[in-house]
Amino acid sequence: MPDKSNTTPTVQVSELHKSFGNLEVLKGVSLEAYEGDIVSIIGASGSGKSTMLRCINVLENPTSGTIQVNGESLEFKRSKDGDMVPASKRQIERIRSQLGMVFQGFNLWEHMTVLQNVIEAPVHVQKINKAEAIEAGESLLKKVGLWEKRNQYPVVLSGGQQQRVAIARALAMNPSALLFDEPTSALDPELVGEVLKVIRDLAEEGRTMILVTHEMNFARNVSSHVIFLDKGVIEEEGPPVKVFSQSESERCRQFLSELS
Amino acid sequence: MEWYWVTEYAPKFVEGLWITIQLLVLSIGFGMALATPIGLVQVTGPKPLALLAKGFCSVIRGTPLLIQLWLIYYGLGSVFPSIPLIRESMLWPILRDAFPYAVFAFSLSVAGYSGEVMRGAFASVNKGELEAGRAFGMSGFTLLRRIWFPRAIQNVLPTLAGEFILTLKSTPLAATITVFDVYGVGSMVRQETYRIYEPLLLVAGIYICLSGLIIAFFRWIEHRSARRRLVGVEH
Repeated sequence: MPDKSNTTPTVQVSELHKSFGNLEVLKGVSLEAYEGDIVSIIGASGSGKSTMLRCINVLENPTSGTIQVNGESLEFKRSKDGDMVPASKRQIERIRSQLGMVFQGFNLWEHMTVLQNVIEAPVHVQKINKAEAIEAGESLLKKVGLWEKRNQYPVVLSGGQQQRVAIARALAMNPSALLFDEPTSALDPELVGEVLKVIRDLAEEGRTMILVTHEMNFARNVSSHVIFLDKGVIEEEGPPVKVFSQSESERCRQFLSELS
Repeated sequence: MEWYWVTEYAPKFVEGLWITIQLLVLSIGFGMALATPIGLVQVTGPKPLALLAKGFCSVIRGTPLLIQLWLIYYGLGSVFPSIPLIRESMLWPILRDAFPYAVFAFSLSVAGYSGEVMRGAFASVNKGELEAGRAFGMSGFTLLRRIWFPRAIQNVLPTLAGEFILTLKSTPLAATITVFDVYGVGSMVRQETYRIYEPLLLVAGIYICLSGLIIAFFRWIEHRSARRRLVGVEH
C-alpha cells in the first residue's frame, strides 16, 4: 500500500451526522478516499449508506461534520431547520462539478439525446467549447459501447444502456472522483453485468470511486476499502478481505451471511 | 342569406383579423412570461411569494374576464389621464388607445390560468432529473433554463393549447372597450347593413380557422418531439 501520509485525500468526510427530524440516520461517520481508491459502502436498506454518499456532494444537507474535496473544505451555514446548507453557491457548484454522480434511477434528461446528455454539463457548467465536448462525449460513448445510440433519446434505451450513458455523462466532467449510488439496483438481473463491467473498467483505469452497492461480490473484487454501515454507524471497515472474511463484527458477519 | 357586403367589408375584416391576432399573440407572450414565474414560485417558494401567486391565480380565475377588462380599462383608463407625468409622457398616445388595456387584461388572464398549469408542470418534472442537474454543478438558473423549464413545458403542451384557444375565444370581449377586432368588424357590419346572421357566421368561421391553426401548431410541435424521442435525431 502506497504511503498516503503526505498526500491530500480526494474526498474526506469526517464525523458526519444527519438527522431527518428526530430520526438520526448518520451518527458520526467518516470516510477517506485517496486518488485511485475505490471505497464501497455496504449495509442493509435504511442503514444510511445512500444518505452518506449524498451528503458528500450535499444533495442532502448534513446536520454536522466536515467535508473536503481535493483538500478544499466545504463552507456551510446553519439553516433555520438546523441542517447545514452550503454557505457559497459558487463553491458548492464548483465542488459538485468535480464529483461525477451516477444515480440508482439513471436520471438522464429525457428531453435530450444521449450525446446531448453527455455534453450538457461540460458545455453549460464547465463552459467547454461545444465541438470539443462533442468529440470527448463521442469517445466516452464509444468507451461505454453506446456510440451508435448517440442520437437516440433515453426512453428507447434499456435500463442497462441508460445507466452506461449516465456513467459516460458523469465521466464527461472529468471528475476527480465518481460517486455511485446503487448503480445496479434498479436494473433487471440480466442487465446488471454490462454496467458492472463498465465500472470495473473504470476501476482498472485507476479512477477514484465511492460506491454504494448491494453487489457484494463486486464490492469484494474491485474495492480497495469497504465500509459496512449499520444503523448510521460504521460497524466495520477495512480492506475487502477483512470485512468479508475476517470481520470481528457480529452484525457484519450476520449481514453477509444473510445475503449468501 | 345575403353576402353582397363581403367584398365591401373585406379590407375591414382583414384589419380586424390582424388586431385579433396581435391581441392573441401579445397576450399569450406577456401572459406566459408572467405565468412561468407564477407557476415556479408556487413550487419553490419562498412562501410569501407562493401565497401571492396563488392568490393572484384565484382572483383571476374566480372573476369574470369581462369585469377584469372593464375594471382595467375604465379604472386605469380614468386614473392615467389625471396623472400629468403620464399624460405628458411619450407613452400617452399608446395609453389613450383601448388596445393596450385589452392586451394587459388578457395577459393577466393568461397569467392566471396558465400560471396554474405551469405550477403543475413544474411540480410534475421528475425530481431525479433535477437532482442530476444539481449534482453536476448547475446553478439554479442554468437548471431552470436547460432542464426544468423545457421538461415542464413538454408535459403540458396539450393543456396550454386548450388555454390559448380559450383565450382566442375571449378576445371578442375587447370589442366592448372599442377595440376593433374581427368580432368588432362583424358587429359594425350588422349595424350598417342590418344583416344579423351572415356576419356572425363569417366571424364564427374565422375563429374556427384560428383555433384550427393553434391546434395544428401544437400538434406539429408535439409530433415533432415525440417522433424525435422515438426514432432519434438524424444527422
